[in-house]
Amino acid sequence: MLALLARTTGGDLLLAEDVLQQAIIAALEQWPDRGMPDAPVGWLVRTGRNKAIDHIRRRATWDRKAARLLAEEAAVAPPPELSDAAIPDERLRLICTCCHPALALDAQVGLTLRTVCGLTTDEIARVFLLDPRALAQRLVRAQRKIRDAGIPYEVPGPDALPARLQAVLHVVYLVFTEGYAATAGDALVRGDLCDEALRLGELLVAQVPDQGEVHGLLALMLLQDARRDTRTDAHGRPVLLADQDRSRWDRRRIALGMAALGAALRRGPPGPTTLQAAIAAEHARAPTAEATDWAGIVQLYALLLQAAPSPVVRLNHAAAVAEAQGAAAGLLLLDGLDEDPHLARGHLLPAARAELLRRLGRGEEAADAYRQALDRVGNGPERAWLTARLVEVEGE
Amino acid sequence: MQYLLLIYSNEADGQTMTDAERGAFMDDYRTFTQRIVASGEFKAGDALHPVATATSVRVRDGQTLLTDGPFAETREQLGGYYLVDAENLDRAVEIASQIPSAKHGTIEVRPIMVWDTQA
Repeated sequence: MLALLARTTGGDLLLAEDVLQQAIIAALEQWPDRGMPDAPVGWLVRTGRNKAIDHIRRRATWDRKAARLLAEEAAVAPPPELSDAAIPDERLRLICTCCHPALALDAQVGLTLRTVCGLTTDEIARVFLLDPRALAQRLVRAQRKIRDAGIPYEVPGPDALPARLQAVLHVVYLVFTEGYAATAGDALVRGDLCDEALRLGELLVAQVPDQGEVHGLLALMLLQDARRDTRTDAHGRPVLLADQDRSRWDRRRIALGMAALGAALRRGPPGPTTLQAAIAAEHARAPTAEATDWAGIVQLYALLLQAAPSPVVRLNHAAAVAEAQGAAAGLLLLDGLDEDPHLARGHLLPAARAELLRRLGRGEEAADAYRQALDRVGNGPERAWLTARLVEVEGE
Repeated sequence: MQYLLLIYSNEADGQTMTDAERGAFMDDYRTFTQRIVASGEFKAGDALHPVATATSVRVRDGQTLLTDGPFAETREQLGGYYLVDAENLDRAVEIASQIPSAKHGTIEVRPIMVWDTQA
């Protein structure tokens, strides 16, 4: 509904929210007496739209933009007896505006969750452990920028769409990983985030079916989500991919993910998201951890390193090489990553090194690396896991 | 909508250019300007003298205070601007990305405020 009203207000989300609220108040006043209309959503949208048009008319600055919007609005306005099913899907337009690269990334995520997914500011603040008032201010600031800087309320043309979709996919995946990573916050809301991200992924597939990366993202999220319940044990501690109970992986999600991956691969050379989905598919396909096609995964990581090189991809590539060609080969690749400033601060690199050193029987060096990782790790479960591993190698 | 495209770049870069490089750079600017004049989006545009010629003015307690140079030391200095009339931010960003200085400096895109005349 907000998306439809935002169309009337020319992307002014503040005004759209305002008139939607007014329409809901009008409904609360009128429906008890007159009965609920046949198409309640259509009624709300129509009422909100009329209020928005009134507002634009009243607005003192009768500028060119308002006049043009009203002219366009008159051209696209639906007939008064619109059935709910016939309401056009405006959500792609809305999500493209919310994920505009001229907005800060956290504002893109927040706006998408609130305006496209319908989460409240309080819910979003709880998930990201932010002060609700500070978040509300950030979102209002972003909405003002959309209005005042002339961020277009439209789906970009065919030339600009692939690049802009990358920004949209990034935001959707960020929503998913925030729900998926058991770092902190309200667990219930976090699970909902995965579902919201999946819904957004399905929406994008329906709206822009010709873009391979859109299918790739849905595939990636489905294949990872299939493992959601097996990623932690009863005490919330992380369970490694190799140790997860594969019989509890969600087969239906895997099948849907495989189908989405197939759709992505049929639409041309795979982009970075599709390659990540292909890697997730290799894991999902393996009946046991030992049966994993690590040589195939190494090849996919090599392609991913060409498409989207990043320190984390290099780290994962090294881990895959260690599985395919032995711990020593993997360790050699890790040595090249020391200079990266991002990895130098985090716990991932020493944790990966510790694991490979342990496999090579170099217990003392492994213990040092585990200690280094422990110095840098933040949250509870991962800390507990690293500590357990340290105790293990110290005992060997 | 109107946007002011503020061109920030390192003045020292300009001083190290050879005559041939400078000539090619100015040609790029001429081509760019002609293109947005032809599209009807150009409203105004100028280059500025280096910041060494700048004077900062402040009035405090009724006293006008002048300082030599810009207010703050920064790596990139304001060197010129374009005022354009673009359909929306996407188009303004597209124009900004074609300014020759965008390749080594920074273009700040600022929407021009429309005053509410009846307020």
